[in-house]
Amino acid sequence: MLFFSYFKDLVGQEVTVELKNDLAIRGTLHSVDQYLNIKLENTRVVDQDKFPHMLSVRNCFIRGSVVRYVQLPPDGVDVDLLHDAARREARGA
Amino acid sequence: MLASALDDDDDVGKTLVLLRDGRKLMGTLRSFDQFANAVLEGACERVIVGEQYCDIPLGLYVIRGENVVLIGDLDTEREELPPHMIRVSETEIKRAQKVERELRGTMRKRMEFLDFD
Repeated sequence: MLFFSYFKDLVGQEVTVELKNDLAIRGTLHSVDQYLNIKLENTRVVDQDKFPHMLSVRNCFIRGSVVRYVQLPPDGVDVDLLHDAARREARGA
Repeated sequence: MLASALDDDDDVGKTLVLLRDGRKLMGTLRSFDQFANAVLEGACERVIVGEQYCDIPLGLYVIRGENVVLIGDLDTEREELPPHMIRVSETEIKRAQKVERELRGTMRKRMEFLDFD
């Protein structure tokens, strides 16, 4: 639940999602769900030449299970708050 | 979460589904669920080999969510593919796929002596 809450706070930020098939997509985080499925808006692919079929895709739904990384702006997150939340969660579990 | 995607009939907006095996399916998204199982109507597979592409019609498809990588809205106002790409026939693209598969096969054989662990 921690990462679900974390991503909910990030809605509206510009992120780059790197998938397990090496496709990297930049876009605005529109929404997230309990499976950490991600919906991005205003998307563009990082390496457009390698993935020509993605040219006209502007909004997409990404299945949580295929995400490798979610790259964030360094000031997009309060790391200390996140660290505290993780400590609390670990203690609770 | 995909509810807005089901409203895509206004521009006959098509949907692109990327599968884990690298296939690209396109069609009208009719249904989905929390596992990303999906129903695509009038689906076709867009096969791309180098600069060539071909759309192979498939009909009505039910896709199991575990195979889905991404479901994307194809913006009707934008070009779906870069302009330099050439549309070819199904026979032609299948031939190109075979050549590429064999090429990848021989490249792997050449790399095998390198003993990657």
